[in-house]
Amino acid sequence: MFRMFKDFFHKMASPRYFYDISGNMIPWLAAGCLALFLAGLYYGLVKAPPDYQQGDSYRIMFIHVPAAWMSMFIYVVMATAGAIGLIWHIKLAEVMAISSATIGAWFTFLALVTGSIWGKPMWGTWWVWDARLTSELILLFLYLGVIALYNAIDDKRTAARAVAILALVGVVNIPIIHYSVEWWNTLHQGPTVTKLDKPSIHLSMLIPLLLMALAFKLYYAFVVLMRARCEVLERERHTGWVRELAEKK
Amino acid sequence: MTLNEFLHMGGYAFYVWSSYGLAMIVLLLNVILPLRQRKKLLNDIARTARRARRNTT
Repeated sequence: MFRMFKDFFHKMASPRYFYDISGNMIPWLAAGCLALFLAGLYYGLVKAPPDYQQGDSYRIMFIHVPAAWMSMFIYVVMATAGAIGLIWHIKLAEVMAISSATIGAWFTFLALVTGSIWGKPMWGTWWVWDARLTSELILLFLYLGVIALYNAIDDKRTAARAVAILALVGVVNIPIIHYSVEWWNTLHQGPTVTKLDKPSIHLSMLIPLLLMALAFKLYYAFVVLMRARCEVLERERHTGWVRELAEKK
Repeated sequence: MTLNEFLHMGGYAFYVWSSYGLAMIVLLLNVILPLRQRKKLLNDIARTARRARRNTT
């Protein structure tokens, strides 16, 4: 039994096998993502009623909140993959870690900018140096640091190790972001969905929010695979199967 | 709800549509970039392989 699992993981971790399997998965994930997006946009922009305090401006939430969730989720995935690469020297884990970094950085950027655009009409300012906003900005710098460090080291395996350590140290920022609205007085509102008792958001707004969140998850899944496949090709460019593949095109 | 009302977003049109527009740009960009990178990479690898073969024969 254990042997079977071991064989399975070894096979999955082989770059060539990964390249083939992920190529088959991407179209399905992309189609699911698109369907969820369209449903989320419809329910979020058309069906959901205006908020009694914020009017229609609250609709920015359907982009802002899923993007912010993803920025933290991807960071944890990246650090975990990095740790797996460090401990078990699995090349594919290194590839997943670095492929996640760029997408994570983009989601963090999106969360910050849409938050800023939302803040202007609601708080009267584009930016304040409060705990939630500042810790999210630090997250962006952590992502950029990871990407810069990876590109600064020529040997990809050494680079992956260095990046994994940086990513793991940066994990400390994740609970800070999450609890910042409780630990400090901030302009940013507290959590409304992840509270332990009933979420204080109406179902007509919760549905599009969850649809968009799921769409963003699937989006990350297929885009990270696309990036990982490029990284695999780059790393394996001198092997027979990659050359054969390239010449067939 | 008329189309005009929809586009007007209760007076928040600029904020709402710039957020959604930016999101669409970011999401599309992150699909297009890896697609282009893969194509470029495969062409590059094929070229190197052909050159290597020519030099040995």
